[in-house]
Amino acid sequence: MANLTEEKLDAIVGNLLRTGVAFSALVVFAGGTIYLVRHGREMPNYGVFRGEPADLRTVRGILEDAVAGHGRGIIQLGLLMLIATPVSRVAFLVYAFVRQRDYLYAAAASIVLLLLAYGLSGGRL
Amino acid sequence: MNILEFTGVIAAGAFLAGFLGSITGLGGGVVIVPLLALALGVDIRYAIGASLISVIATSSGSAAAYVKEGFSNIRIGIFLEIATSLGALIGAFLASRVPVTVIGVIFGLVLAYSAYHSLQELPEPAGGPQPPDHLAGFLRMGGTYPTPQGLIHYDVHAVPFGFLLMSLAGILSGLLGIGSGALKVIAMDQVMRIPFKVSTTTSNFMIGVTAAASAGVYLRRGYIDPGLAMPVMLGVLAGSLVGARFLPGAQTALLRKIFAGVIGLLAIEMIYNSLSGRL
Repeated sequence: MANLTEEKLDAIVGNLLRTGVAFSALVVFAGGTIYLVRHGREMPNYGVFRGEPADLRTVRGILEDAVAGHGRGIIQLGLLMLIATPVSRVAFLVYAFVRQRDYLYAAAASIVLLLLAYGLSGGRL
Repeated sequence: MNILEFTGVIAAGAFLAGFLGSITGLGGGVVIVPLLALALGVDIRYAIGASLISVIATSSGSAAAYVKEGFSNIRIGIFLEIATSLGALIGAFLASRVPVTVIGVIFGLVLAYSAYHSLQELPEPAGGPQPPDHLAGFLRMGGTYPTPQGLIHYDVHAVPFGFLLMSLAGILSGLLGIGSGALKVIAMDQVMRIPFKVSTTTSNFMIGVTAAASAGVYLRRGYIDPGLAMPVMLGVLAGSLVGARFLPGAQTALLRKIFAGVIGLLAIEMIYNSLSGRL
């Protein structure tokens, strides 16, 4: 384990996850505040399932909505960051295993990363 | 009830769920979906999407604390994450094809089992020490964990069966929007004979990755509503962070029984409402 002991690895992964959650929570909170100020007096309607509009389903649409300052778009951006947090942990593990020349586990981590990417791409099963 | 009040009620409920889930070790995810679907009349698909988000938040948020203890086994985790992520994708795939009634009944059964399981003392795995199996040796899965007497070495067993159970945990997670933490721990602790502390901390990491696999699918399908996920995520996260400051003790043992009772009642209501078409 050249320069990357198990303890160091654990510490980096732990900080990565904590930072990701903290940032996404801040973004969700900011978006939520905007959303509630603008729409707090309207009536909720979650009893009937309609699905989200197309712009809140794709990375591109969410980014455009968030940049436009829409509360729901900003919340969704925070949620996207949250989903990306464990994904970035797996990506980091691929790098760490390659650096340790542990190709068996680098392959295992890559498979997990591919499965996650497949899910985020919409997962046409 | 307007959106502001609705959000406040959800945030308070989610805080309580995260708090109780954290101090009892049962996880808050299992009660979020019944809370939203049964008490607030939210469509179960929106409820599952919001719950998945909260599962990722608590898993990743508590990971930093777990990491310090030095119990988690990264190799076991990443290997089994292949099974749980694959299962999670299958579960998310099933979620859009299985009727809501069936999801509700499965959810109720899982709730009933977790209530029952949380009141049992886990038996010591039967049989004496056994040599690690070939696959575990090849995968270099064994490790050490800290005890007051110093580092203790452990071996890993029954990798194929453990892998299979992890796939099932992933499917349930993707289908129901829960962490499936209990099943993951059973697979590692009881089947693969990994020490309990190593099992629980490693499971915590796996929960986040598993939920992220299906959350991507849910997001793309439009099952994740920002207005609903926001109070659920922030509430559960805050509740579990506060709960993590409480040390296990007599009060938590009693709370665990009460919480298990609540989960049992939710199980009955979930199954009843599903079968009578009210979900």
